[in-house]
Amino acid sequence: MVKQIEKITQKPVVQIATIVPIMLTVGANRMVPGIAIPHPVGDPTKSKAEEYNLRRSLVLRALNAATVDINEPTTF
Amino acid sequence: MKKRIVYYLNQFYGGIGGEDKADTKPFFLNEAVGPAVKFSELIDQEGEVVGTIVCGDNFYSSNMEEARKNCLEFLKALKPDFFVAGPAFNAGRYGIACGDICAFVEKGLNIPTITGMYDENPGVPLYREHTIIVKVANNARGMNEALRKMSTLALKIMKNQELFSAEDEGYFHRNIRKNFFYDEIGAVRAIEMGLKKYRGEYFKTELEMPKFDKIPPARAVGPLNECKVALCTSGGIVPKGNPDRLPVSASDRWGKWDVSNIEKLTPENAESIHGGYDRTYANLDPNRVIPVDVLKDLEKEGIIKKLHPYIYYTVGTSTSVNNAERFGREIGVELKNAGVDIIILTST
Amino acid sequence: MFIPVCRIKYQEIEIGGNIMHLELREITVNNLEYSERTEVRGKTLFINKEEILEELKMDEAIEDVDIDIAKPGQKVRIIPVKDVIEPRCKISGPGNVFPGFIGGMETVGSGVSLALKGVAVVTCGPIVAFQEGFIDMCGVGSRFTPFSKTNNVALLLKVKPSLTPVQHEEIVRKTGLKLAYYLAEKSKNAQEYKTSIFDLPSPRKIQNNFSNLPSFVYVYLNISQGLLHDTYVYGKDLKTMFPVILHPNEILDGAIVSGNCVSAGSKNTTFHHLNNPVIKELYARNGKDLNFVGVVIGTELDTLSGKIRSSEMVREYVKMLGADVAIISEEGAGNPDTDLCLCCKALEKSGIKTVVIANECAGEDGKTPGLADTTPEMDAFVSTGNSCEIVVVPPMEKIIGCHESIAVLAGGYADSLQDDGSIKCQMMSIVGSVNETGFLPLGCKWV
Repeated sequence: MVKQIEKITQKPVVQIATIVPIMLTVGANRMVPGIAIPHPVGDPTKSKAEEYNLRRSLVLRALNAATVDINEPTTF
Repeated sequence: MKKRIVYYLNQFYGGIGGEDKADTKPFFLNEAVGPAVKFSELIDQEGEVVGTIVCGDNFYSSNMEEARKNCLEFLKALKPDFFVAGPAFNAGRYGIACGDICAFVEKGLNIPTITGMYDENPGVPLYREHTIIVKVANNARGMNEALRKMSTLALKIMKNQELFSAEDEGYFHRNIRKNFFYDEIGAVRAIEMGLKKYRGEYFKTELEMPKFDKIPPARAVGPLNECKVALCTSGGIVPKGNPDRLPVSASDRWGKWDVSNIEKLTPENAESIHGGYDRTYANLDPNRVIPVDVLKDLEKEGIIKKLHPYIYYTVGTSTSVNNAERFGREIGVELKNAGVDIIILTST
Repeated sequence: MFIPVCRIKYQEIEIGGNIMHLELREITVNNLEYSERTEVRGKTLFINKEEILEELKMDEAIEDVDIDIAKPGQKVRIIPVKDVIEPRCKISGPGNVFPGFIGGMETVGSGVSLALKGVAVVTCGPIVAFQEGFIDMCGVGSRFTPFSKTNNVALLLKVKPSLTPVQHEEIVRKTGLKLAYYLAEKSKNAQEYKTSIFDLPSPRKIQNNFSNLPSFVYVYLNISQGLLHDTYVYGKDLKTMFPVILHPNEILDGAIVSGNCVSAGSKNTTFHHLNNPVIKELYARNGKDLNFVGVVIGTELDTLSGKIRSSEMVREYVKMLGADVAIISEEGAGNPDTDLCLCCKALEKSGIKTVVIANECAGEDGKTPGLADTTPEMDAFVSTGNSCEIVVVPPMEKIIGCHESIAVLAGGYADSLQDDGSIKCQMMSIVGSVNETGFLPLGCKWV
């Protein structure tokens, strides 16, 4: 799905997911490793405030990845 | 009632000449000629060849549209039940003509088609998915055997019998997987394969590893405060009540949700229906799968220019690759039209 | 309040000194009937329903319990199914079957155990809304499950509404094991049984007598990802564990219990664990074609670091066992395909030849690549079938459970259940259809 969105829009798609090897296989070019499968941008073991900050930093990392030029699939 | 079969041959097998006649336009004969005669005998119990189309190989390959149209005209009038072409052995232009006309007839008239080629014929990779290409020898000395194989398979198809695997039936597979029962259970097959692999003996894997295409990365964008950002997920987060009725796995559709009036996702407005993970955490706080709350805040703070009002969602477990690609294309078109600069997609 | 899971009678613990020699007595029945006494007479298992219900109701968390019978050939459908368990108990020797649940913590796999063949306990009823599957006792659907050939005692539990999904799943699991144990215990009097011996030579003996044969290790990957996606080893949740080496006898004696309902077609039911066909076939060929030197239980965690750590550890264990060949089986599909690839890659790069057993998700049309993750080292692949292939099963005369749940089962759709009672769904909705221990002869070919 990621590949096609990037191909058609010609804009960076950043994927946040846990299983990086699968992302490498299906060709997502910009990847940010998520926390865990059931909650890629969450962490129920943390307090609400800590969790929000963690999510925010992951999202910012993803946004930042879109501002960086790359030549090949890259994990940020 | 015997099935009516129309047979396609090139100028050589049609008996009108060699390379000198390769530019012949397609014409129709009301009877079987050349190899079609023998073929008709072999399938006599179920059908007969009622006509033959002969066309020059050069004409077909240089005028494909016209050739297809002409042939289809002959066929429409005849209303055949079955169509056969070749065999083309290793002849490239003939192989492409056979493959192409079979593919076209199969699609246009919705009747089964069959042809025959040698495995190096360029027609094989081009048309194997669109017709049945029986594996034959690389030259005309193999004609009898080729006709025997093609007619045996044609009979099975005409009798509506269930086919075995492509390998067992002797044709080039169409890139389709189908379940069959083996003689041995999987565990035994695995251990026997292991013994062969250890001993350096030949073994056949039951599934070859596929090759995935890579696409070149899109150019970077920025600065962030001028960017429109869109959120997508395959993590199965849907508006509460699943209004688009997405299935819990093997999804055949995606949905979009206007979140312009929502500050963040909550257990009241959203839920997870993904069948492949423990949904407890996602249901307590759906932002853990798709970070609407953070993006809304970043928009308010001016760190990004705008969050695209729609979030796009599907369920990514057991999704067929073809469906996933289709979702990507369809969502991609919407995002392109909306002028989105960055797309964040979360997966579980 | 729950039944204590581990009754340790301290004076009976024998620490150490086990010789892993298991005598499995297999009592085979081919019929199941209600009667005043629960026992085996001839080739029939008779069950006293009231007595059994009294025994099972004893847990306070259970509001209501019922059992029903489904026999091979009957026009019966059981839906939704959570687990399938073969009745087992121990006759003599350390510990007891299903350690951590029925048995205590002593290592199992030695002494004398009893297996009631031809019977299965099937726990059913919706638990957390989806994921379970169905079993048809006749018709097209019966070809794709081993449980159309067993005489099934279906267990339907209604729990107190205050229970959380976690507690609900747990009580269903434990009660299923309890019933399976109960039936085996009541069968002890049967006169006719077949004896199988499970015994492996020591490393010294292999070195002296069988060094010409290749050594095989079975890497047994099991799902370990959370509610309804869990596996238990000696009662411990696999997702909290590292991979571990087990003697195959331990698995044959119930050391592994399923807490998993992901995709009924590819789950390892407790019945599959007890009758693991890779273990059985490796045992059958031990000393003839190969040396069966051990089983490594691998995990399928939901974090990348967990997956990498596990595959690394699996590799080290397999090397330590001196394997030449590793058979790797998967449970589930999707992200577990990565565990499969990581293990395969790690082992192949260490010079160990691997064969992988897994299913494919090739779409309903069979046209899409069947694995979420692949690696070129996975060149010896046994496919247990395309779990997405559509199957239409005929209407049945009797439904045990709840027919409407097909709409929310993995592999089913909102319009799967037709008006006439037939079901159109994917293969993965049938329990055990594409099970990746290679239990059935089902496979997949190119057409």
